[in-house]
Amino acid sequence: MSRQALEKLETHFGDAVLSTHEHRGDETAVIAADKLHEAVQWLRDTAGLDFDMLTDLTAVDYLQQGKTPRFEVVYHLYSVDRGHRLRLKAGVDEKSPEIDTVSDLYGNANWCEREVWDLYGIRFRNHPDPRRILLYEEFVGHPLRKDYRKDRRQPLVRRPREELEQIVLGRGVGNKRTLI
Amino acid sequence: MGVEFTTGKLADAVNWARKYSLFQYPFVTACCGMEFMALWGPRFDVARFGAEFPRFSPRQADLLMVVGTVTERQAPILKRIYEQICEPKWVVSFGVCASSGGFYQNYSVTPGIDLVIPVDVYIPGCPPTPEQVLDALVMLQQKIQDRDSWSHRQYKLREWKKGEAEQAAGTRR
Repeated sequence: MSRQALEKLETHFGDAVLSTHEHRGDETAVIAADKLHEAVQWLRDTAGLDFDMLTDLTAVDYLQQGKTPRFEVVYHLYSVDRGHRLRLKAGVDEKSPEIDTVSDLYGNANWCEREVWDLYGIRFRNHPDPRRILLYEEFVGHPLRKDYRKDRRQPLVRRPREELEQIVLGRGVGNKRTLI
Repeated sequence: MGVEFTTGKLADAVNWARKYSLFQYPFVTACCGMEFMALWGPRFDVARFGAEFPRFSPRQADLLMVVGTVTERQAPILKRIYEQICEPKWVVSFGVCASSGGFYQNYSVTPGIDLVIPVDVYIPGCPPTPEQVLDALVMLQQKIQDRDSWSHRQYKLREWKKGEAEQAAGTRR
């Protein structure tokens, strides 16, 4: 059933579908990024396909494999009535990491896209609320990119030297002395 | 025998009362909370140590038990809670995540709460068995009873400054 969906997608979008593959029930199509919003909307609205649920929206960084484009945004679609699934991948370039949002089509895409922005730095055009979701505002960088050092710390709490002295002396941080 | 004998005995008595009536503030964030809860069960009864009464307000507590992972985002909150607890206060870091970051070495976990607040007893384990925690509790009680004297703290400060100077000069191993 999902195979039919994949074939219909290929016939409808022609060469915007860059490649397809299938492995043990996982039908996947790689689509050009500029046609992605149109494709997702078509998949959702077409009568026979009815992909009315976006189960996941995430991204992959292919820096170590040296692929271009560097990022790929992955969408997992599911049809509740018909029970078939489809995975769409859209390549996003490193120079201008932008792609259209699908939060107007699926409500849960809002937070998923905020997470992708927070951790990968991929911007979603026309997103209603483009801010970080997991990390704090003072954080600099996008940590799930492969060129972000994994154990780099950006602490919110820093101990000034005077505080450390007080602590070694056994006094409280607020410099309160006990009677005994 | 001078006045030091009386005040020394008084200090001992007060410390005895303190160590057998610890009110903890359970700052529980993660899976170590399960073992924390197990302590309060009938098998590993912590009530026999007098430490059974959790106070969920820092103003009413004197022992801060940091149980579980503390993320960078949570660290200022932990610091604030610690500052709100009145003296005398003690901190127990429960589990490896609180003691040293645990198996996490990434952008979001604070590698040890002693980068944020001073810790009295560290309990290793992922999660620690309740017997380990009771051992740590007894250790803490001993620490409360033989509370650091002023001269010992001065000694610690001198040693710490010496260590800093050596590190700055590059002679420290």
